[in-house]
Amino acid sequence: MMPNRILICGGTGCISSHSRPVMDRLEKELQQANLDQEYQIIFTGCQGFCEQGPIIIVEKDSTFYCRVDPDQVPAIVQDHLKAGRPVEELLYTNPDTGITARTRDEVVFFQKQKRLVLHNCGLIDPENIDEYIARGGYKALEKALAADPLQIIEMIKKSGLRGRGGGGFPAGIKWETARNAAGKHKYVVCNADEGDPGAFMDRSIMEGDPHAVLEGMLIAGFAIGAQEGYIYIRAEYPLAVRRLLAAIRQAEEKGFIGDKILGSGFGFRIRVKQGAGAFVCGEETALIESIQGNRGMPRPRPPFPAIKGVWDMPTNVNNVETLANIPVILGMGAGEYAKIGTQQSKGTKIFALTGKINNTGLAEVPMGITLREIIYDIGGGIKDGKKFKAVQIGGPSGGCIPAEHLDVAIDYDSLISLGAMMGSGGLVVMDEETCMVDVARFFLTFTRTESCGKCTPCREGTKRLLEILERIVEGKGEKRDLETLERLGRNIIDSSLCGLGQSAPNPILSTLRYFRSEYELHIEQKVCPAGVCKALKHYRVIPEKCKACGLCKQECPVGAITGEKKAPHVIDPAKCAKCGECVKKCPFEAIVHG
Amino acid sequence: MDPKVAALIDKYRGYEGGLVPLLQEAQDLKGYLPREVLEQIAGGMHTSLAKVYGVATFYSQFHLKPRGKNIIRVCQGTACHVRGGTEIMARFEKELGVGSGETTPDLNFTLESVACIGACGLAPVITVNDDTHGRLTPDKIPGILEQYQERGGKQ
Repeated sequence: MMPNRILICGGTGCISSHSRPVMDRLEKELQQANLDQEYQIIFTGCQGFCEQGPIIIVEKDSTFYCRVDPDQVPAIVQDHLKAGRPVEELLYTNPDTGITARTRDEVVFFQKQKRLVLHNCGLIDPENIDEYIARGGYKALEKALAADPLQIIEMIKKSGLRGRGGGGFPAGIKWETARNAAGKHKYVVCNADEGDPGAFMDRSIMEGDPHAVLEGMLIAGFAIGAQEGYIYIRAEYPLAVRRLLAAIRQAEEKGFIGDKILGSGFGFRIRVKQGAGAFVCGEETALIESIQGNRGMPRPRPPFPAIKGVWDMPTNVNNVETLANIPVILGMGAGEYAKIGTQQSKGTKIFALTGKINNTGLAEVPMGITLREIIYDIGGGIKDGKKFKAVQIGGPSGGCIPAEHLDVAIDYDSLISLGAMMGSGGLVVMDEETCMVDVARFFLTFTRTESCGKCTPCREGTKRLLEILERIVEGKGEKRDLETLERLGRNIIDSSLCGLGQSAPNPILSTLRYFRSEYELHIEQKVCPAGVCKALKHYRVIPEKCKACGLCKQECPVGAITGEKKAPHVIDPAKCAKCGECVKKCPFEAIVHG
Repeated sequence: MDPKVAALIDKYRGYEGGLVPLLQEAQDLKGYLPREVLEQIAGGMHTSLAKVYGVATFYSQFHLKPRGKNIIRVCQGTACHVRGGTEIMARFEKELGVGSGETTPDLNFTLESVACIGACGLAPVITVNDDTHGRLTPDKIPGILEQYQERGGKQ
C-alpha cells in the first residue's frame, strides 16, 4: 500500500517560521502512534502563503493547516490522523468573512491564482526526481527532442512568452537570434541572480521545483543548438543552490542531462555558478563577465549576448521564471498558452506580495489581472485596516502606483505607461504611514551602492540624486530641487550604459509624478505628512487631552518633557530626540507628531 | 605559502572563469582573504595582484579583514524597511557597540546589512549565520544575541 503523504512546506519562508522542528516532531509522533508506515512526510518547496507558515497539508483529505507550532503536532496525529477529526484551530480563517477553509482550494489566497509555473511547488518533494516525473516532468523534453529545433522556436514565438526577469523581451526571438548566430560552441545561461529587494519568485521556483528550470534549460539548449548551460545564482540562496545541485545529479543519473539525452543525438551539461554579491550581475552582460571570473561590470550592447556572450560565443540568457514556463508551454501547446493573458503579454506572472499587506507571499496570476484583485482579493487587503497609499512594482527599477490606478489591467505595457515596470514582479504595498520621499531615498541608496561605477551617469548621477533626496528629508530642501531631480533623472536614463542606471531614477520620477505635493510639503513647509522623516517630526502634547499622569515624563530618555502635577505637560523641541517612546506610553493619546 | 590554498589553485588553474569560485573557497578556509592569500592566488593563477584584488573588492561577499564567528545580516530590503528594519539595525548597533560593517573586538559578532534575503513575507528579518529570524521587534534582539553568545560560534 502506498503511504498517505503529509506535505510540510520547506520553503525559506516556512523554514524561518520553524517548519523543521514541526517536521521532526511529526516524525516522532507518527512513530509513537505506530503510524509511520501509513504516512510519509514530504518536505516540499514553497506554498507561497508565507504569512501563514509553517504550512502542512494532509493529502488524503486535502486538509490545509497553517501557522503550525511543534506543540500542536500531537493534536494533528491524535485527533486528525487517528480519530478523523481535523484540528479546527489550525485551519485558516478568512479575517474578513470569518469563514474557515478546510482545504487549500477554499483559501481565498489560492482561489484567484492560476498556478501554471508553480503547479508543482509545495506539492512535490523537490529533492526527489521521481515525484517530478510522476507529475509529467521531462515529458516536454521528450516532446522537444522528437521535434525539429526550429519548430520549438516557432512554438515559443507563437506562445508570446516574454522575459520574466524584467525587460519583457520576446523569448522566442532571443532563441532564434542565438540559433542563427555563428559559433562552434553555444551556451544557455539561466539568470538566477534575483536581486530586486522584495522579489523571491525565482528562489521559490528553484527551491520548490528545480527540475522545471533544468527542463526549460535543456529545451532551450536543444532549440538553439547549445551544448552547455550555466545557472548563475546568488550566493544568498543556499537552499536553492543545494536543491539545484541535487536535481542536476539526479537528472544526470536518469539520463536527462549528459550525452545522447534520451537516446537522441543531443548532449547537454549544466553547471551552477554562484554569484558573490553584486546586484549589477543580474544585468546579462555583467553576469557573463562574472561567469568568466572578472569584475561583474556590464559592457555596451550590441553585440548582444545572443551573438557574443560567454567566452564570446552565442549565449541565450533567460531568467528562472521564463525557463520554468517552457515545459508548461510545450505541455499545453502554444495556442492554449497564448489564450491566457492580454494582447501583448501572454501567460501568467508570479508576484511577490510584501509590505503592509495581510497575506504576504507568492501569487501566480494571469496577465491582465488588476492590482486591486491582487492586493485585496489575494493579498487580503492592507494590514491593520490602514488606508492603501501606493504599490511599488518592479523593485529599484520600477515605480510607485497610486490608488487611482488600482483597476488597470496589468501587463508589461500598461505598467510602463504608468511609470513603473514589471521588473521581476516584486510588489511592495505601502499604506498611509509610508513616506514617498523616504521610499525614493531608500531605492536610491540601494542603486547608488550597487552602481558598479563603470559609466559616469550612473556612478555620479545616482550619488547626486541621493544627496538631493537626503537634503529634502532632512528639511533642507530647496524649491528648485524638484526640477533638478527630474532633469538629472531623465539624463541618467538616457545616458547610462546598462539597465541599472537606465532605470535607477524611476522610483523618484514615479513618486514625483503621483505624489509631488508630498515632496513640496517636505520642502516648503518642512513637514513629512506620513510622519516618517525624523528631522521633520515635531512631537507635542495636546493640552486638552493631557491628564498630567507623568508617564511620558518618566519614559523620556532625554528628559525633554516637563510638567507639574495637574498641569498639561510640555515637550521641549530642543531636547527631544524624536524617539516616539512618549507616544507609545501615553494612555490618553495626548501626544502627537507632525 | 599555504598548502591548502595551493591545492585550491591547482584545482582551479586551467578552469576558465575559476577566479571567483577559487576566492570563495579560499575565503571559506580562512574566513577572510588576507593579502598573502591574494598574492599567492595571483602568482599561482599567473595573473596580476591588481586583477585578483579588483575581483575580490568588487563583490560584497569577499572580505579583506577578519570577521566575527557569528555573522549577523540585517535585511534592509524594501519590505523590511517599511516594516521597521531601520530600528532593528539601530538596536543591534546599540547592543553590540559596533556599527554596520564592523566586528566586535572579541571577534564574536560581525554586523552587516544585506540588500534583500528574499524572505520578505517575514519582514523585518535578519540572518545569523545560516539561520533566519523573522517578524522581529527590537525587543527580541537581546534574546537572539544571547543564543549565539552561548554557542560561541557557527553551528
